[in-house]
Amino acid sequence: MAANPGTDLPPVSDDVQSIPGGLAKAATGISGFDEVTNGGLPRDRSTLVCGPAGCGKTLFAMEFLVRGITQFDEPGVFVAFEESAEDLIANVASLGFDLEQLEAEGNLVIDHVDVAGWEVEDTGDWDLDGLFLRLAAAIDQVGARRVVIDTIETLFGAFSNTTVLRSELRRLFGWLKARGVTSVITGERGEGTLTRHGIEEYVSDCVIVLDHRVTEQTSTRRLRILKYRGSLHGTNEYPFLISETGVSVLPITSMGLRHGVSTERISTGVARLDAMLGGGGLYKGSTVLVSGTPGTGKSTLAAQFCDAACRRGERALYFAFEESEAETIRNMASVGIDLRQWVDADLLRFQCSRPSLLGLEAHLFAMQKFVAELDPAVVVMDPVSDFLRIGNGEDVSAMLTRQVDFLKARQVTALFTSLSSEPEAADQQLASLVDTWIFVKTLEGNGEHNRVLYVLESRGMAHSNQIREFLLTGQGIELADVYVGPEGVLTGSARQAQEAKERSDGMARLEDLEQRRVNLERRRESVEAQTAALWREFHDEAEVVEQLLSTGSTGTEDRAGQRAEQGRLRRADIDDRDAGADQVDLSEERDAEVPSR
Amino acid sequence: MSDPFDPDRPIADDPEMWHLRLYVAGQSPKSLNAFANLKRMCEEHLSGRYEIEIIDLVEHPSLARSDDILAVPTLVRRLPAPLRKIIGDLSNTERVLVGLRINPV
Repeated sequence: MAANPGTDLPPVSDDVQSIPGGLAKAATGISGFDEVTNGGLPRDRSTLVCGPAGCGKTLFAMEFLVRGITQFDEPGVFVAFEESAEDLIANVASLGFDLEQLEAEGNLVIDHVDVAGWEVEDTGDWDLDGLFLRLAAAIDQVGARRVVIDTIETLFGAFSNTTVLRSELRRLFGWLKARGVTSVITGERGEGTLTRHGIEEYVSDCVIVLDHRVTEQTSTRRLRILKYRGSLHGTNEYPFLISETGVSVLPITSMGLRHGVSTERISTGVARLDAMLGGGGLYKGSTVLVSGTPGTGKSTLAAQFCDAACRRGERALYFAFEESEAETIRNMASVGIDLRQWVDADLLRFQCSRPSLLGLEAHLFAMQKFVAELDPAVVVMDPVSDFLRIGNGEDVSAMLTRQVDFLKARQVTALFTSLSSEPEAADQQLASLVDTWIFVKTLEGNGEHNRVLYVLESRGMAHSNQIREFLLTGQGIELADVYVGPEGVLTGSARQAQEAKERSDGMARLEDLEQRRVNLERRRESVEAQTAALWREFHDEAEVVEQLLSTGSTGTEDRAGQRAEQGRLRRADIDDRDAGADQVDLSEERDAEVPSR
Repeated sequence: MSDPFDPDRPIADDPEMWHLRLYVAGQSPKSLNAFANLKRMCEEHLSGRYEIEIIDLVEHPSLARSDDILAVPTLVRRLPAPLRKIIGDLSNTERVLVGLRINPV
C-alpha cells in the first residue's frame, strides 16, 4: 500500500498495516479519513457507508474509487443504481475527477443499473446471478480491486420478494469478499435504522455513518465510524467537508499532540508585554488568546503583533471576521501602526469574511488553505468568538482545536482574540487550547473607563502577575504600571493624579533630605568645633603635665633633703643608730642617682 | 390486415407476433424450469405466433449490462411493445400471463 501523495497529511504509518495478524487495509486517499481509520477501509471486504439523502455518500464512494485509481493503481467498478453514468460524470467533474478519461484508460467501469423502468413480476424461483455476472464481467474488464455499489437498496423497490432479495444480497457480499475486491456499499438512512432496509446486517466488517446537520442555518457534515471489525478506529464524529478537491475529513485529533515545540521566543510587538511574559515574549509556534470586553484594544494588540512580525521580515496572515481590510488599516494607522506598508510589501495578508458566510468546517478548511498557501510565521484570528454565532461552544472549540493543532504543526505563532462581556466564563473552553491567555478589560471609576491588561496564564514561562494599564498612544500600545492603593487599582486620570502626587511627594522628600543634609553638615561643623575645643583643652592640660614632669626630679631631691633635714632636726627624738641608718640610706640614694645624671 | 391465424404470414411484420427473450445463467435447474415453463405456456396461449430467444449470461456476460439484467431467469417481452420484464422460473403461470399481458385462451 502506497503512502498518501495527494494530500499534505502525514503518510499513513506502515506499522498499522503490518501488525501480525492485523487487518490489511486499503487506503482511500481521502484527506484525513485514512488517519481516523488507521489506514483506510478493510481490504478485500465490504464497507457500508450510510446516511440521509445529500450527506455525500456517493461522493465519498466515488472518491474512494478515483483515488484508488490515481493514487494506488487499483482500478475500480462503480455500480450505480440511482444516477446515470452521465450524471455521475457531470457531478464529480467539479471535484476535478475526470471519470471519462479514467474509463478511456481502462481503469474504471461505471455500470448504471436502471431498475426504475422495470415492471417486475415475480413468477417463481430467481436469483441475482445476472448482477453477479455483470459485476464479474466489469471487474474482469479492468482488473478491478475496488467496487462501489450505490445504492443497492434501490433493489428493494424493484423486487417484491424481499426474502429472496435478502438472501441474494447476503450472497453478493460474500461473493465480493471471495473475489478479493475492497467494496463500498452505500445505503440510505431509514427510520430508526442505519439503512432503510437493514442491509447493515449483511455488511458487518465496517460501517461508516455520514450525517448532514443544519444548526442555526449552518450545515455541518459529519462522519462517524460506527463499526470497524478487527481494527482500532476513532469513535468521534468527525466533521468533513466537500470541497473543490473532494471529501476532507477533519479529525480533531488528526495532528494529535505530536507537534514539535520550540524554545525560540518571538516578540508580541509590545516590549512591556514581552517583559511580562518572562522577558522574551511568546514561544514560537504557541497560541495566544486575547480575551476582553468590547473596545479594549484586542485588535490593536493583534495588529501590533503582526506589525512586529513584518518588521522581522516574517509573513503574517490576518483573518478578520468583523472589519474589512481597509477599516483595519485605517483604524490601526490612527494609533501609529502602519499596516499598509506591510500589505504593500507582500508580508501581510488580510482575509476578511463574515463568519456566517460559511459553515465552521468550511471556514476551517479555507483558513488552512490560506495558511498552506502563504506559509506565514504568525496568524491572527480576530475575533474567534464570532464563530459562536454559527456554532455552539463545543463545535467552535473543536474547530479551534484543529486550527491550533494545524498551526502548531506548522510552527505558526497564532493570536486569537475573543470578544465577550464575561470573558472569564466564556473563554474557559478556549483557554485550555492556548498557551498564553491575556486579558484586556476596562476598569470604570472617576467618571472614565480605562483599559488594563494582565497575563492570566502562560505555559512554560515565569509570567508577570501584574495588572498593567493598557494605553493606546499615537505610537501604538504602551503598558503602564497601575497604582494599587486603599481605593483599589488606579488607572487613567486617577493614575496620573497619583503619579503627580507621588512626584510632588518626591519633591518634598527631596527638600526634606536637603534640609537634613544641611543640618547634618551643621552638626558636623559643631562637632568638629567642639572636638577642636576639647583638643585644645587637652593640649593645655598636657602642657601643664609636661612642665610638671620636667620639674619632677628636683622636687624629689628637695623632698629627700627636707626629710633628711627634718630627721636631723628630730634627732633628739630618735636614737643614733636609726639616725645613722637614715643617713646611710640617704647617702646611698644620693650616690645611686648621681651617676644617672 | 392479415389473418392472425394464417401460418404463412411473415413473422417480422406481424404485429401479433410475440418475440420473447429468456435470460438464464448456465444450465441450472432454474434455467431449465424456466425454459420448460415458457415453452409450455407459449404453446398453450401463443401457439404459432411466438419466438423464443435464450441468452445464457454465463456465455455472454456483457449482455447482462446492455440489456440491464440483474435477476435470472428474466423473461423479456420484446414484442409486442412495450418492453416488459418478468423474473423467476415462470412456475406461477397466472403471474406469467399477467406479467406478459397475455389473455388466457
